[in-house]
Amino acid sequence: MIQRFRSTVEPSRLRANGVHQHMKNKVFATFDDAVADIPDGASIMVGGFGPPGLPQNLLAALIRQGAKDLTIITNRGDQTNAKANTGHLVELRRVKKVCCAFSASPHPSQRNLFEELNESGELEAELMPQGTLVERMRAAAAGIGAFYTRASVGTELAQDKETRVIDGKEYVLEYALPADYAFIRAHTSDTYGNLQYDLTQRNFNPIMAMAAKCTLVEIEGDVVALGGMDPNHVHTPGIFVDRVVKIPPPPEGLWTFPSDRRA
Amino acid sequence: MTTTGKKRLDRQTMCNRLAMEFEDGWVANLGVGMPTLCSNYEFEDKDIVFQSENGLIGYGPLAAPGQEHPNLVNAGVQYVTMKPGASILHHADSFTVIRGGYVDVTVLGAYEVAENGDFANWKTLGRKGGGIGGAMDLAVGAKRVWLALEHTTRDGQPRLLKRCTLPVTAVGVVSRVVTDLGLFDVTPNGFLLREIAPGFTPVEVQEMTEASLVLSPDLREFQGA
Repeated sequence: MIQRFRSTVEPSRLRANGVHQHMKNKVFATFDDAVADIPDGASIMVGGFGPPGLPQNLLAALIRQGAKDLTIITNRGDQTNAKANTGHLVELRRVKKVCCAFSASPHPSQRNLFEELNESGELEAELMPQGTLVERMRAAAAGIGAFYTRASVGTELAQDKETRVIDGKEYVLEYALPADYAFIRAHTSDTYGNLQYDLTQRNFNPIMAMAAKCTLVEIEGDVVALGGMDPNHVHTPGIFVDRVVKIPPPPEGLWTFPSDRRA
Repeated sequence: MTTTGKKRLDRQTMCNRLAMEFEDGWVANLGVGMPTLCSNYEFEDKDIVFQSENGLIGYGPLAAPGQEHPNLVNAGVQYVTMKPGASILHHADSFTVIRGGYVDVTVLGAYEVAENGDFANWKTLGRKGGGIGGAMDLAVGAKRVWLALEHTTRDGQPRLLKRCTLPVTAVGVVSRVVTDLGLFDVTPNGFLLREIAPGFTPVEVQEMTEASLVLSPDLREFQGA
């Protein structure tokens, strides 16, 4: 039996001010304010692929905030290669489940705590192909309940899943994967949360923004006034974004490169 | 063993041999690790478009030290450059490229490959977790799945098998394999040995292979060795 996702967060907690006004200002002063109401048991999508697009500042605030029993949905959950990453939440025993495309390091010699907790059963890791991971999020975003993919056909991942032959080829049924929150990073925003990403910072982030009920964004560059962004060049429309925080200069703000200060 | 002291092919030579087969205009995806060496090959007048599953089409060589752009990495999280004409996609569109059949060739690493075209590259024995990344999507979506791997394990055990012993990544998809002993095509009759590393005999290569090799009528020395 496949376990479907069930939200543990009350819908009323997921909007900043209760009433949603058109073109409202979604800018929060601090990361601590932005994550303050995230409850224990929340499911959180965490964007980024390597350092680009990784929401380090939101993760650092969540680490300070203390929420636990979290479900993390991300490319890999074991990483500690930034000042704040999902692996740090795992090390603090605040994560009960991770949905990911990597649940072990490439080489046994690089074994880490994530792997040990997965083996002992303290942490549940649901492993899937990366394309399936992102498509499950996209399905959740788009109101699609499930879809068929050829990825993982004939592998142990497909053993207990429904399959179907379509046009002579075998496919595996995969269900939508939504979340309560998305933590992402973008380059530029306006006060409504229209976003633009810089190069490969984009990765999972636009899909997570659409798939989560409440999307939090950290901004590297400018947060401009309404009208300050060219609608032709908006990558993620603000309707998918709920909370925006501009990253402060280092050392308070966490940047990919120590010298990186492109405002 | 009779082969002691003979020099096996180095990784760059192995990857050059696969890269040599890339055709003008192909879109290529290189797996993390050894396969990335394919991009070092001098393609001369062939235009090869390198695609990376984190949403980058048309990347170029690694960025020079000090010239790294903080938001520009490939699937191996190496800081790279872009060629003129490059483009960026989000992850769902990037896997549309991959599963949708827009990738002409993917070169992946592997622990094992079987004569029926199955291969294993995401999970080793005795471990609960694994690392799939984009490999399962690439394996079913790319037009050609080629592998680059050492012919034997560190313990001397063969990696070219009748059937995979490790959990497979995909079934029946591999069409070409390069190892440090030769170049092989996967055919309905099994592994076809097309080119052999200098100094080795087909008998010696067979001794280090579990599957039965078929010798190509045009068997020749490894090109570029």
